Amino acid sequence: MEHSSSITPAIKLSGITKSFGLFLANRNIDLAVERGTIHAIVGENGAGKSTLTRIIYGMHQPTSGRMEIEGTPVRFSSPRQAIRAGIGMVHQHFMLVQPLTVAENIVLGHEQKGLFSPLSMKAHKEAIAELACRHGLEIDSSATVSDLSVGQEQRVEILKLLYRRAQILILDEPTAVLSPPETETLFSTLRSLRSAGKTILFITHKLDEVLSVSDRVSVMKKGELVGTMDTETVTKEALARMMVGRNVLLKVSNPPQEKGKPVLVIDRLSCTTPKGETRLRRLSLTVHEGEVYGIAGVEGNGQSELLAILWGLYDRHVRIEGEVTVCGQSMLGLFPSEIAAAGVSFVPEDRLKTAVITGFDIGENLILGRHRERQFHHGPGFDLTRISSYTRETIDRFDIRCDLSSNPPLASLSGGNQQKIVLARELDRPDMKLLVLAQPTRGVDIGAIELIHRKIIDGRLKGLAVLLVSSELEEVISMSTRIGCLFKGSIRHEFSDEEIREGRAREADFEKKIGLHIT
Amino acid sequence: MPRKTATAIIVPVLSILAAMIASSTLVALTGNNPLMVFRKMILSTLGSGYGLGQIIFRATTLLLTGLAVALPFKVRLFNIGAEGQLLMGSFAAALAGIAIPATLPMPAAASLALFAAMCAGCFWALLAGWMKIRFGVNEVISTIMLNFIAQACTGYVLTYHLAVPSTVHTPLIAESSRLPRLDHLLGLFGKSPANVSTFIAVCTSVAVTILLYRTRFGYEMRAVGLKPEAAAYAGIKTDLHVLSAICLAGAIAGLGAGNLVLGYKHYYETGLTSGAGFMGIAVALLADAHPLWLLLSALLFGWLDYGGLTVNTSVPKDLFMMVQAMTILCIISLTALLRRNQNR
Repeated sequence: MEHSSSITPAIKLSGITKSFGLFLANRNIDLAVERGTIHAIVGENGAGKSTLTRIIYGMHQPTSGRMEIEGTPVRFSSPRQAIRAGIGMVHQHFMLVQPLTVAENIVLGHEQKGLFSPLSMKAHKEAIAELACRHGLEIDSSATVSDLSVGQEQRVEILKLLYRRAQILILDEPTAVLSPPETETLFSTLRSLRSAGKTILFITHKLDEVLSVSDRVSVMKKGELVGTMDTETVTKEALARMMVGRNVLLKVSNPPQEKGKPVLVIDRLSCTTPKGETRLRRLSLTVHEGEVYGIAGVEGNGQSELLAILWGLYDRHVRIEGEVTVCGQSMLGLFPSEIAAAGVSFVPEDRLKTAVITGFDIGENLILGRHRERQFHHGPGFDLTRISSYTRETIDRFDIRCDLSSNPPLASLSGGNQQKIVLARELDRPDMKLLVLAQPTRGVDIGAIELIHRKIIDGRLKGLAVLLVSSELEEVISMSTRIGCLFKGSIRHEFSDEEIREGRAREADFEKKIGLHIT
Repeated sequence: MPRKTATAIIVPVLSILAAMIASSTLVALTGNNPLMVFRKMILSTLGSGYGLGQIIFRATTLLLTGLAVALPFKVRLFNIGAEGQLLMGSFAAALAGIAIPATLPMPAAASLALFAAMCAGCFWALLAGWMKIRFGVNEVISTIMLNFIAQACTGYVLTYHLAVPSTVHTPLIAESSRLPRLDHLLGLFGKSPANVSTFIAVCTSVAVTILLYRTRFGYEMRAVGLKPEAAAYAGIKTDLHVLSAICLAGAIAGLGAGNLVLGYKHYYETGLTSGAGFMGIAVALLADAHPLWLLLSALLFGWLDYGGLTVNTSVPKDLFMMVQAMTILCIISLTALLRRNQNR
């Protein structure tokens, strides 16, 4: 008995195919996930990873194929049945009731009491605390969910599954929203769950994560599963090649260049909230033409405030001192449209919330914020033929994958393609002098990262000044010509071009060196 | 694919059938023959020029109030105040019509009165919009309150200062400020109150469509409605659009006065609007707030509205109101069902 169970995979898929209309999202997929392992699924945006996990979780029904859970053939018509079979899923966008407490959220739907019988939270809280402690998921179960950080919310989601005794955990891009330290904590939780015998299936497109935490890895490409391997036997480059189908430059070439006149000058900028908290402390920096100035730092050290001020979207009650100029023109107090007119382009950090409108179609999103440009107008209204030809041309140039003929809303595009649309729009502004990028490659797969990085370097070579704010140290190091270490609202240390060039050769050491200045 | 087309045909047919069965039952329960009642209603509404004219007349007001609800809906505002805006507009139109010297020629006088109506409606809506962006007052509450104020205010001025003695209406407006009726112009819709306002309303609806879907202004407005944060990042002034959407809505509701006062009654009286402002909410929601679908939705509501009047000798008014409401509920729920199935 013992023996046979050890070879029965937790999940076994045979010939799973899923079509949406004419589009094949998954094609003839065979996959076995061993019990008690961490199994990663990697692939580009739109490769069909999410669809596959949704099939396992009962959210989609396969068009054909068979599925076995713990050796039993199953056919789920809804997630309810999947949950009963011991499967739990943490979605990319969390499903928590914001005004309720952590404990209430975890118990919700699993009260195991009659509808009108008294519900004592005490016993539940103890059980939750015990679970949390065992897997390094410490959290205050009386806290209100709306007060939690993203990382903490994710812990609640995982606890929710464990509380329902899920044996198989599916995580859809769990690290997309996490900072590096939070990612580390998540991984140690995953390892602890594995040693408790749970099976974990997680989707990602960050190859470093695959290598550091998974036991096995499956690669998907255009709806097909192109291979499953033991993680020990693969390299990052090989995985990248399997995913994209060609050799991918994980680091785009970054040729040196003489820097030109100063474009963005921030002079002793301070920002104090009405409550008296200082968010920026006499921050000074200068970005020149033909230069990428990277800001390295742990989130919450003033990045959001700096970006908000640069784009004129800060709360007008905060007190601001100092000066921000672009090509000599003061930017403080201007509205975003005026700042854009001064030659500034801006990619905000929270794409879904602030950079795109998912109810608009692709063309409408491509002109968002640039809809005042003469080229898109004809008489009193929009020039629809010009907008559609611009859309077609941009989609080609930025390799945005979508079916234009049905004019789909943006919501139907994958995250990476949405980000390409934002980048395309902002990199294309006429008469641009300064480009401000916040997390430009968050949630984007490696193929797209390469393209985005190349476009940024191209812009720089044409004399553009770029300010790059990213929580990915690797990205900051490979893209920047200078790096400023942001700590508690000011630039604590700056690395010069030569230092960075040397640093790239010994990257691990250099990351540690930067780390010292940002913590 | 063929399954979808089938549902697209079956659902509207089903919804009308369901509505008819439900209303027949109701009518039969009160001891009337439903077939006779329906026959009478259809003959006297769709079967005569006068009946058609009445439907068009009622649909015109509803189209304008429907637009006044639908346009703010695009920026996520719920304008409950079309009634108050229409009241203020009607009152202003009547006042202007009375005050205009008889020597002013017709197009100028009528335009002046219409303009007064639009200004009044716009001002009334502006109050709600201003409270919204300045103090964050929810527009649902403020427009409801403004409806009460409009009603009381016009009622007071009418009763104590303006009404022709022993009536509840103002004196007649100047001849030159009246809008011509369609039967005079076209020889159609014999003696019905349908007037030139219908053209104005249809043009307004087309203009609003163009504004929303073809211009920068409409693009910004829709962006504000869909995702205010993203609109702000795109450099769009969200407050400006909230304010202009509700002001435009007020002006459009005010245009309804053209139909009621300048085209039909030629004076202002208590109860003139007969709830057309509130009915506009249902008209807009049924059309999913799309300015062109509103044309159909307003016609449907206009038909039901007048249909009730034609049979009130055999069917009590209350009963027909139930029939009306049930028909609307059937259509709304089944179209919602249809939309949901399409989205799957």
